[in-house]
Amino acid sequence: MAIHMTGRNGGIGGAGALTAVLAAGLVLAAFAAAALASGKTAGLAVGAAAALHLVLLARALLRPSATPSAATAILLATVVYGAGALALHSRFAAFPGSGLVGLAILHVTVLTAARQWRTLRKAPPSAMIGLAVTFAYAMIAALAPLLAPYPEAAIVGSEYEPWGADFVLGTDNLGRDMLSRLIFATRNTISIAAVATALGFAAGAAAGLLAATIGGWIDTAMGRVVDILMAIPQLIFALLILTIVGTSITSLVLVIAVVDATRVFRLVRAVSMNVLALEFVEAARLRGEGLLWIIRREVLPNITAPLIVEFGIRFCFVFLFISSLSFLGLGIQPPTADWGSMVRENAALIVYGDITPLLPAGAIAVLAVAINLAVDWFLHTSSGLKE
Amino acid sequence: MNTNAGTAPLLEIAGLRVEVTTDDGPREVVHGVDLTLRRGEILGLIGESGAGKSTLGLAALGFARDGSRFSAGSIRFDGQELVGAPERQLRALRGLRVAYVAQSAAASFNPAHNLIDQYAEIPVGRGLKSRRQAQAEAQEMYRTLLLPDPGGIGYRYPHQVSGGQLQRAMIAMAMACQPELIVFDEPTTALDVTTQVEVLTAIKLIVEKFGTAALYITHDLAVVAQMADRIMVLRHGRVVEEGETRRMLSTPREAYTRDLLGLRAAARPAVPAEAGEEPLLRVDNVSAAYGGGFKILHDVSIAVGRRRTVAVVGESGSGKSSLARVITGLLPPSEGRILFDGAPLPPRMRQRSRAHLKRIQMIYQSPDTALNPRQRVNEILMRPLEFYLRLNGRERQERIDRLLEMIELDPGYGQRFPDELSGGEKQRVCIARALAAEPDLIICDEVTSALDQLVAQGILKLLQRLQDELSVSFLFITHDLVTVKAIADEIIVMQNGRVVEQGARETVLAPPHHPYTELLLSSVPQMDPDWLDRLLAARSGATG
Repeated sequence: MAIHMTGRNGGIGGAGALTAVLAAGLVLAAFAAAALASGKTAGLAVGAAAALHLVLLARALLRPSATPSAATAILLATVVYGAGALALHSRFAAFPGSGLVGLAILHVTVLTAARQWRTLRKAPPSAMIGLAVTFAYAMIAALAPLLAPYPEAAIVGSEYEPWGADFVLGTDNLGRDMLSRLIFATRNTISIAAVATALGFAAGAAAGLLAATIGGWIDTAMGRVVDILMAIPQLIFALLILTIVGTSITSLVLVIAVVDATRVFRLVRAVSMNVLALEFVEAARLRGEGLLWIIRREVLPNITAPLIVEFGIRFCFVFLFISSLSFLGLGIQPPTADWGSMVRENAALIVYGDITPLLPAGAIAVLAVAINLAVDWFLHTSSGLKE
Repeated sequence: MNTNAGTAPLLEIAGLRVEVTTDDGPREVVHGVDLTLRRGEILGLIGESGAGKSTLGLAALGFARDGSRFSAGSIRFDGQELVGAPERQLRALRGLRVAYVAQSAAASFNPAHNLIDQYAEIPVGRGLKSRRQAQAEAQEMYRTLLLPDPGGIGYRYPHQVSGGQLQRAMIAMAMACQPELIVFDEPTTALDVTTQVEVLTAIKLIVEKFGTAALYITHDLAVVAQMADRIMVLRHGRVVEEGETRRMLSTPREAYTRDLLGLRAAARPAVPAEAGEEPLLRVDNVSAAYGGGFKILHDVSIAVGRRRTVAVVGESGSGKSSLARVITGLLPPSEGRILFDGAPLPPRMRQRSRAHLKRIQMIYQSPDTALNPRQRVNEILMRPLEFYLRLNGRERQERIDRLLEMIELDPGYGQRFPDELSGGEKQRVCIARALAAEPDLIICDEVTSALDQLVAQGILKLLQRLQDELSVSFLFITHDLVTVKAIADEIIVMQNGRVVEQGARETVLAPPHHPYTELLLSSVPQMDPDWLDRLLAARSGATG
């Protein structure tokens, strides 16, 4: 397994780490002060989160295994975030929740990056680009209200205004700011896709593991049910259900989860079967272990790599699927912004040679490519393959 | 023909060093080996895994495995330097003048093409022969190798022939262009003794008929003794000893060679059966069938006494592993019953109580797949202690340390993952896992057949010592009669799902034999270089 810390190098030195943590602390304190200036509760919450972030950062930096470059990266990210918060302090104060989610994403990312630094450093440029772009999308999604110059659904200009100083990317068919809607669409599409994928994945993986481990007629029955579901074309199935139950975000998420679970079921069942055929599983069965132990301790740790990769790829399919449903008018409903419906709303412009309607399509494409780049590399490292 | 044939060596390796790239930089695995092979000569390369014998075999083709490279030395084939030679030059050599026979024929054949097409691939692809001509030659070659139905067997696919036949088909394929040198890389290691004799015969025939030189790689000294003119013993990438076969067998110079030779002699005195005592395990008239109705066991009755080692011997397909599955409850018998400690044992594993399960433990053939790669040794040993004995905390850790001590490993091994252990160490951990349950009976399913001889010997000694200390019974399933001679108190010979002979070791091993026992016993290679010739003479005399 390539991904684990060895802690062989010396640390970055106490003094260096302390300076770094102090600098980050100052910036985050300023961030909290700015929040406090606009409201007490928000200020306290932001301050507490910033303090927690700082403590955890200090722990990571002071560990003997922290490398100088990892420390620099952590520090840089924290300082940039704090500086951004200071510059946009009124916006941060207006949307403290958004700022906190952003901080949390940043925190998890930098700490994971620092822990896996050795692996990360050896990553090919394509993987780096993939990871960086995915991270950027996540931050944009989290900080959408802070970054967008206009509200999501407000009509702020006349229809189809060209690109210019007021509206960087022009306005859409109703006179809403295109850039703002793109930013909000990032949040909407990605969060719905993430929830739907997680649900579908959990259901599919649980069912697949159970079917593979129990075997016999339960396996057969579950397999047939999935076959039936898979026999109906995905899009038609989704359209049918959404037409019957109506298009709400809940029904959208559930329908996608069901459709997705069937695919995950097949994969998980297949990879689990491979592990279940090994003798250590037979040894566990002979010992008298129960179903859950076998699934949790013997099978699951041995199929994590393909599962994570599958999650990445499924996630891409799901947001492409949401976008296509939205394009057909059955996905996320207006005035909520979403990449797919934005393409449709502004499709008329293509006739005039304007590329604006293609921007949301581009956003979809870039994210899909980025995730796949990252996932490809992950599969490569976790399967133990060498270049 | 080459003008200097007979005088200049065919293959000359001098000062060869091979490096593998690892995460911690390059590591040398072959440390300057010299080797000379004349035309028509057979050199046996022998050593444990990791000795560098396969690396050396591949070097004869000018090939270094992925991630490894020749760092120094030279490989000259018929005067041509192969180290650093362009790929085009090597391609002109491989398959035509130097051929390679791999250990696992099943993994080396392409399952999507029939045998004869794969035979014809090189001669036809290189434009040497027409397809018709190649196929005619293939059939002739199959006949030479004594394959059944030589005219038709080539049109079968790899899964449609037996392992021994497939290995012979691969030897035929290697001979397709009548190479001057063949590298045999453990061609019989994966085979039963009776099949091994067939393949050895085929190799001997072909090498004698065509006067081909060969490098014969194996870890079995008795096998190489039948084949080689000279033997080279390798260890850790260095030459230990080299010499003419008979000389090597009669007067080995190095201690390591003597160890390899001495392996087969070790045997322990059989524990006499205690009369009148109820056996620990009794299998009465058991028959069993798999789902499809295919009957795999017919009316099998065996008994395993307390503190005794009972060996079940037979070829693959004889039903010996199925017998183990019946005893463990994975395969419920269709007829008959199993008595354990005097009381009937529920036929299905699920119906057995935890106390039943605890008393019968199992050790598997391949330690690589018998240990969960994501669990540390500590976790692996901890579970049976927690599960059966309800031990916790300090007491459990002490028990783990004691188990590690019993299997002669440092307590530090507890923190390792199975990937960080050698094959023998892994098998020791499997033994410790079985012992952790404090069982009365341990079923050992071919526990030594995936290991090198010296390592296997260590495992057998360990098992015997543990039996003396802990008074457990062993049901030892194996196809290796050498192991059986060394450790069994009683022997059960199985064939096609039936017990053909059983009794105390001395009785079964002494004549008169059941014909099948006779066949098995006579197929075990002996250190005597003339063994194979005598065996073949005796068998053809018997049939002809």
